[in-house]
Amino acid sequence: MTSDRPRSASSPRPRRPTLFGLIRSGLPEPPPPTDDTLVRDLGLRVQERARQRLGRSLALRLVDAGSCNGCELELHALQNPFYDLERFGLRFVASPRHADVLLVTGAVTRNMREALERTYQAIPDPKWVVAVGDCPATGGLFSQSYACVGPASAVVPIDLTIPGCPPRPQDLLAGLLALLESNGKPGRR
Amino acid sequence: MAGETLAAGGYSLLALWGEPDCVHLSFWDAGSGAAAVMTLPCPEGRFPSIGRLHPPALRLERTIHDLFGLAAEESPDARPWLDHGVWETRFPLGKTSPSSGPTPYPFLPTEGEELHQVPVGPVHAGIIEPGHFRFTAAGETVVRLEERLGYVHRGVEGLLRGEDLEQAAALAARISGDTTAAYSSAFAQAVEAALDVEAPSLAHWLRALCVETERVANHLGDIGAICNDAAFARMHAFCSVLREKILRAADLCFGHRLMMDQIIPGGMRTVPPGEALRKLRELSEEITASLPGILQVYETTPSLQDRVVGTGVLSRALASQYASGGVIGRASGRLFDARCHLAYPPYSSLRFSVPVREEGDVDARISIRIREVEQSLDLIRQIIDGLPEGPASKPLPQERVAPGEGVALVEGFRGDLFAWVRLDERACVERCHFRDPSWFQWPLLEAVVYGNIIADFPLCNKSFNCSYSGHDL
Repeated sequence: MTSDRPRSASSPRPRRPTLFGLIRSGLPEPPPPTDDTLVRDLGLRVQERARQRLGRSLALRLVDAGSCNGCELELHALQNPFYDLERFGLRFVASPRHADVLLVTGAVTRNMREALERTYQAIPDPKWVVAVGDCPATGGLFSQSYACVGPASAVVPIDLTIPGCPPRPQDLLAGLLALLESNGKPGRR
Repeated sequence: MAGETLAAGGYSLLALWGEPDCVHLSFWDAGSGAAAVMTLPCPEGRFPSIGRLHPPALRLERTIHDLFGLAAEESPDARPWLDHGVWETRFPLGKTSPSSGPTPYPFLPTEGEELHQVPVGPVHAGIIEPGHFRFTAAGETVVRLEERLGYVHRGVEGLLRGEDLEQAAALAARISGDTTAAYSSAFAQAVEAALDVEAPSLAHWLRALCVETERVANHLGDIGAICNDAAFARMHAFCSVLREKILRAADLCFGHRLMMDQIIPGGMRTVPPGEALRKLRELSEEITASLPGILQVYETTPSLQDRVVGTGVLSRALASQYASGGVIGRASGRLFDARCHLAYPPYSSLRFSVPVREEGDVDARISIRIREVEQSLDLIRQIIDGLPEGPASKPLPQERVAPGEGVALVEGFRGDLFAWVRLDERACVERCHFRDPSWFQWPLLEAVVYGNIIADFPLCNKSFNCSYSGHDL
């Protein structure tokens, strides 16, 4: 159905004192005066429910900063049906913008330093950084190389270290669950 | 001379690497079945470019320049490769000089109307190693892909200098984690050749057990992951279950899921308990029994076949020119497998076939992987059934050894990987070089993507599954 008549929605007619208008005027009542205590209580309850429903969910973003790809294999394994990482509310996301947690593998190479820094900066606060494996924790076998910066803590602040070469999937899972359940404040530098 | 023979297709290039004052070239002669190493001293800091005649050598020559400062004369591509300008010094393994800092990397030009570029990486969307891909596309169609690698260059060759064999073996095991057994095996064989000692027979058989188990685990992972990139998640889930079972069986046998640090110069670190071997053998039968189902689902799912057949075709000519090993070469009609062509022990005593296809597309690379899983599972059973008696390792001479060099070529799951080592009189590593199969596969990915749509790149890339860390070293 088409109509050539101009629509009037954008210029409402002045309200006339009809019966209909009289009934509607003054409604709804203005909101009651704000009770600060009530608002605070409501906020706390909402927060609690939100934490119950959403609090165990974290989005993970991996940066291989110089790994041998062993740690990547075991991070992949976390997604197989044996470990099924997503049932804990943990999942890998494609963009750092969607992430809460940065996982770092490898002794940070000089060639990857900038990419690691920029990925960290691209993750919105609050955020955590987890060093996965011995290399990002200590620099591993590669700490003395001309091509490596050393441990990941030289580039980004580390909140949790999961040791191993590579860590077994169970160790990765235990580390990530500990992060979920910890009350530690996320990194904010 | 060697360059001309390589260019004419007479020899296959195995490796080209440097030292501070010389370059080495290794090739394989398909006619005689012999491999050789040539050395050219470079007192002037220059050597004649092989890449000028034989393009597969180009990136190797750029690497020699980046690490040692030796220049390939008349090379058509003198851009840096591993050196991104952020190391403290240039030529870290040769005569060092202060770094001049990063400069913009000149990608190869593209000309044409309405072309656009898509830069990807080094940080990718998934759980992947870092590397940069520069696509130039006309609409959806890729007209050029250029790779830029080197992000995970850790300086392994530099770290290996002067290390004792134990520490060096640990480094070799961490060149590419998914190939740790094959790398350890190649290093051990090269060291044993340099010391002129023979590992015990049991060690050879257990090494092959590790390498075949590694091949099964990786191929299963790849078969599932390629299908997953065509949005067929069911295959991915199923294959990842089988892969996990294999890793758990490997853990039972060797105490490490990836079997890292188990293969050492002189033999094996551990001998798997009989009960663990029995479980691995049972699992190999279980997976063999499930392969027809995998093949049937793979071949009868139209949405999957539509994505993989005819996608990412690698010509036989390119596969031969680049002497591309492994699944990639064999899916394009290049029949080479170090296990049968060099017949190192124990493969000379084992029965297996090497599947070959001619199509060179993603489908051929998946199909070859499925057949190779079948062959490797059979090899695992033959090895477990035929394990010889005796010790699994032999003590190596520690001091006052005759300095010597050794080479090895081992068939890992990606193809033949080359190792060269020179030991000093304390039996420590003086120099060591590894050439990952990916060196001759990465450049072909650029060729394969040409004319495909960008959305098919993940399929092409995954069906190649080249190593970043093994290449960047």
